[in-house]
Amino acid sequence: MLKEYYTVREIIGPLMLVENVQGVKYEELVEIELPNGEVRNGKVLEVNQDKALIQLFQGATGLNVRSTKIRFLGKGVEIPLSPDILGRIFNGQGKPIDKGPAILPEVKRDINGSPINPFARDYPEEFIQTGFATIDGLNTLVRGQKLPIFSGSGLPHNQMAAQIARQAKVLSASEKFAVVFAAMGITFGEANYFIEDFKRTGALERTVLFINLADDPAIERIATPRMALTTAEYLAYDLNMHVLVIMTDMTNYCEALREVSAARKEIPGRRGYPGYLYTDLSSIYERAGRIKGRKGSITQIPILTMPEDDKTHPIPDLTGYITEGQIVLSRTLHRKGIYPPVDVLQSLSRLKDKGIGTGKTREDHSDIFNQLFAAYARGLEARELEVILGEAALSEMDRLYYKFADEFEEKYIRQSEYEDRTIEFTLNLGWELLSMLPRMELKRIRPEFLDKYLPKFVKK
Amino acid sequence: MSAGKIIKVTGPLVIAENMDEAKMYDVVEVGGQKLIGEIVEVRGDRASIQVYEETAGLGVGDPVTSTGEPLSVELGPGLIESIYDGIQRPLDKIREKCGDYITRGIRVNSLDPDRLWKFKPEKKQGDEVQEGDILGSVDETVLVKHKIMVPGGISGRLKEIKAGEMTINDIVAIIADKEGKEHPLTMKQRWPVRKPRNYKNKISPTIPLITGQRVIDAFFPVAKGGTACVPGPFGSGKTVIQHQLAKWADAEIIVYVGCGERGNEMTDVLMEFPHLKDPRSGEPLMKRTVLIANTSNMPVAAREASVYTGVTIGEYFRDMGYSVAIMADSTSRWAEAMREMSGRLEEMPGEEGYPAYLGRRIAEFYERAGRVICMGRDNREGALSIIGAVSPPGGDLSDPVVQSTLRVVKVFWSLEDKLAYKRHFPAINWLTSYTLYGNTFDDYYKQEIGDQWKNMIQFSMKILQQEAELEEIVRLVGLDALSPENRMVMETARSIREDFLHQNAFHPVDTFTSFQKQFRIMDLIIFFHEQSEKALKSSVSIVSISRMPVREKISQSKFIPESEMKKIENIKNEILKGFEELEKERVHA
Ligand SMILES: Nc1ncnc2c1ncn2[C@@H]1O[C@H](COP(=O)(O)OP(=O)(O)OP(=O)(O)O)[C@@H](O)[C@H]1O
Ligand SMILES: [Mg+2]
Repeated sequence: MLKEYYTVREIIGPLMLVENVQGVKYEELVEIELPNGEVRNGKVLEVNQDKALIQLFQGATGLNVRSTKIRFLGKGVEIPLSPDILGRIFNGQGKPIDKGPAILPEVKRDINGSPINPFARDYPEEFIQTGFATIDGLNTLVRGQKLPIFSGSGLPHNQMAAQIARQAKVLSASEKFAVVFAAMGITFGEANYFIEDFKRTGALERTVLFINLADDPAIERIATPRMALTTAEYLAYDLNMHVLVIMTDMTNYCEALREVSAARKEIPGRRGYPGYLYTDLSSIYERAGRIKGRKGSITQIPILTMPEDDKTHPIPDLTGYITEGQIVLSRTLHRKGIYPPVDVLQSLSRLKDKGIGTGKTREDHSDIFNQLFAAYARGLEARELEVILGEAALSEMDRLYYKFADEFEEKYIRQSEYEDRTIEFTLNLGWELLSMLPRMELKRIRPEFLDKYLPKFVKK
Repeated sequence: MSAGKIIKVTGPLVIAENMDEAKMYDVVEVGGQKLIGEIVEVRGDRASIQVYEETAGLGVGDPVTSTGEPLSVELGPGLIESIYDGIQRPLDKIREKCGDYITRGIRVNSLDPDRLWKFKPEKKQGDEVQEGDILGSVDETVLVKHKIMVPGGISGRLKEIKAGEMTINDIVAIIADKEGKEHPLTMKQRWPVRKPRNYKNKISPTIPLITGQRVIDAFFPVAKGGTACVPGPFGSGKTVIQHQLAKWADAEIIVYVGCGERGNEMTDVLMEFPHLKDPRSGEPLMKRTVLIANTSNMPVAAREASVYTGVTIGEYFRDMGYSVAIMADSTSRWAEAMREMSGRLEEMPGEEGYPAYLGRRIAEFYERAGRVICMGRDNREGALSIIGAVSPPGGDLSDPVVQSTLRVVKVFWSLEDKLAYKRHFPAINWLTSYTLYGNTFDDYYKQEIGDQWKNMIQFSMKILQQEAELEEIVRLVGLDALSPENRMVMETARSIREDFLHQNAFHPVDTFTSFQKQFRIMDLIIFFHEQSEKALKSSVSIVSISRMPVREKISQSKFIPESEMKKIENIKNEILKGFEELEKERVHA
């Protein structure tokens, strides 16, 4: 029999202090029973002599000091798992909200997981085709990578995420593929957009969704990404699936963390976020990867909205310090009506070099990438010069690059929400654009590739 | 020893009472699983303990016992090619024992106790020996002769010394001290990580660590036995530089500490190093490397310890008379681990919540670098260089970790995101970076290249500075307003940037450039500049100079393999020919 306590002493925001307890363990799962029989959960944040500090997972609404009953369950927070979770929708707490049956667990897993032994990791190097030219061609995603989208409020990151979830595939393989989707603090409309999109495209049956909405208690969402990742690990390493985990919006997650930290009166770090935000985020992001000798993999696309579009804000900053690159969205391109508004110069996939080239995409990929990048950068410089000094100040070559930049944005960056480009198409599109420039200018492409590919694209 | 009891658990910090016998920095075993921890504060009979493993499941009343010994590393044959966590547990053995995830309460030997090593004695029975004297050696790898040294605090006459195949726990020698007490010695010793190892004295460094990275070796070199830091925002290239140094620097031993960074980056090293060949010996780079990996998701307290574990292993090889280089990526994560513990200890926070002793800890760490006369009678020399990455929030250099580091290190490689966005790598800003080794290496340069090297470097730095000034003018009034001479300066500056400073770490040839080859390329660029100036004087147009086809050859010279270096020299003739032709055309016109 579990001991029950009625010794709640204080409730402060998302925290509860219980006195006169015995044998309580750090990180232990707690059940909190309200007088009306409702049961909520929490976990032990600190034990200090006969006192335990508990972090509530659901809100504190309706809790009172005198008549709340506390049980310590002697284990960490766990999630029940079985192959039947595919196609299901849960709340941020892992409870089904799709009116389907409860999950009959095959296994139960602690949601904190354990760190992967660095020695056990296998290097991510398999190309994932997302159908976006700006990702596949310029910021290539590979299996096992963590590649966030740095967005801003009002930018179309959700459309992009849904499109990636629909289109992502590995070229050669007919392997089992799944999506785990974790929503934290997004609106009902946004959540519904994903659910409807997954239903309509038939993607739902290979998807697991965890949904914590904007009007759900903020602290609920602290457990959400960990539920999602524990599920992903089960799918990847028990069921041998390649799992894409989409987490949106990490900014809301971090704010919830800040709330708990503030309630504990911890010394705040930058902008009031706790000093351990880096460590906490890495315990989420580092769960991406591949493991030697195991078939499945976990690829992460976390999405975050940068407050005031500021990349140096602690959330994007610390995320960038952990992830393997970033896709940055640009408000300028969005205003021009270009979708997806990927800021090509600021975006980077750090693992792209491992995933492209002969046998993976095509031999000329890396040269084209470098050339497109250089040409677009030069085109943007010309555009800037034009703004300052006027068109007359541009040399003939500057004008050509200026035009290139426009075409590049219109044809290469811009694509429709239902356009799934093959890598072949993306690479050829690159050649087509580059053929606007004189051959002499294409210094980053090896002569043998120029000979082989360029003639096919030069317009007579 | 009597057992203490836990009274408080908060994150990685545990407080226990009934710990009267505990000393600061003693290692303790915490809870039923005997998790490893270290005492970081003692108050009365209460000890605060930072626990090196995940503390979930610990509760009030759980036992705590002190081992009475400070956190130490095991030193002996078997270190090279190992990959350890922050407290020197071998990650490969951990995987064998408990699978792909790191679980708790694991005990594994730091050094393989069963492996046989062939010990070759260098001393004989009856010899007088003292701390640091070399008793003999084993060939640990093809690249590393592991010297077995007399440990600290022991001296006397060798009563016995053995030879042949032995494990690290077998007795190789017995020393009888003055009082006649016998000290049996094995090939293994222990050393507390927070205490610098002994040496006789420090001497000034005079030789640069040649890294094969052009911008570093030519403009901002670091000494063998020196210190350098690489601050920069995320994605600016800190890790790539650290990896490049670990691969190509001409140190005899490399200790690479991945401190609170990505798991995949360690995998990268593990997968790549065994296949990469050291350009000097032709042997796999792994054969001189020790890895410490305490990634960001591994326990935070062990991250704090990892840099000390690394530097102690480095000092041990230095003591054998080697030149050792340590890379720590990233020292900011180490500082943050300190901050987290300090916060939980409820210490008075200093700047940005970092403990007030942050600056001192950083200084103490870098002070462990140096060129030294080692312990032992032969007065051999060893060197330990430390190169630390720093990851300031938002890339802001006013960050306390950056500032404290800059106060102690001699070389500053300033990484800039603007350069990284332009894909100018390494993104080291040539105008703000510095080295304080100034004239230290003059003799070395003279011997390797000649007097001209320093002049060449000063000349090209001047061109780069002029470029920065001229760019301002161009921005205001356009390129056409510049005199031909100034335009030539811009052209040459661009050539220095693109053909010399820019270096692609992932290109098979470009990734490493020997010092000789660096000289040849620079020589070519300056030669072209001089010829151009001459031509301008005789009214050749700047446009025709900038269009000369030989410039293509200059920019390709970095891709010429080391074995075909002559080809670079030959380009000079082509430059001369090119200018002759320009001159002919001019006369003709
Ligand atoms: N010398 C180089 N040659 C080619 N590419 C480079 C070079 N240096 C850096 N890069 C590119 O920049 C990317 C980021 O570099 P790196 O991982 O070293 O950044 P970092 O400063 O360590 O970032 P973080 O602080 O997030 O760890 C690399 O993945 C690579 O694409
Ligand atoms: Mg790095």
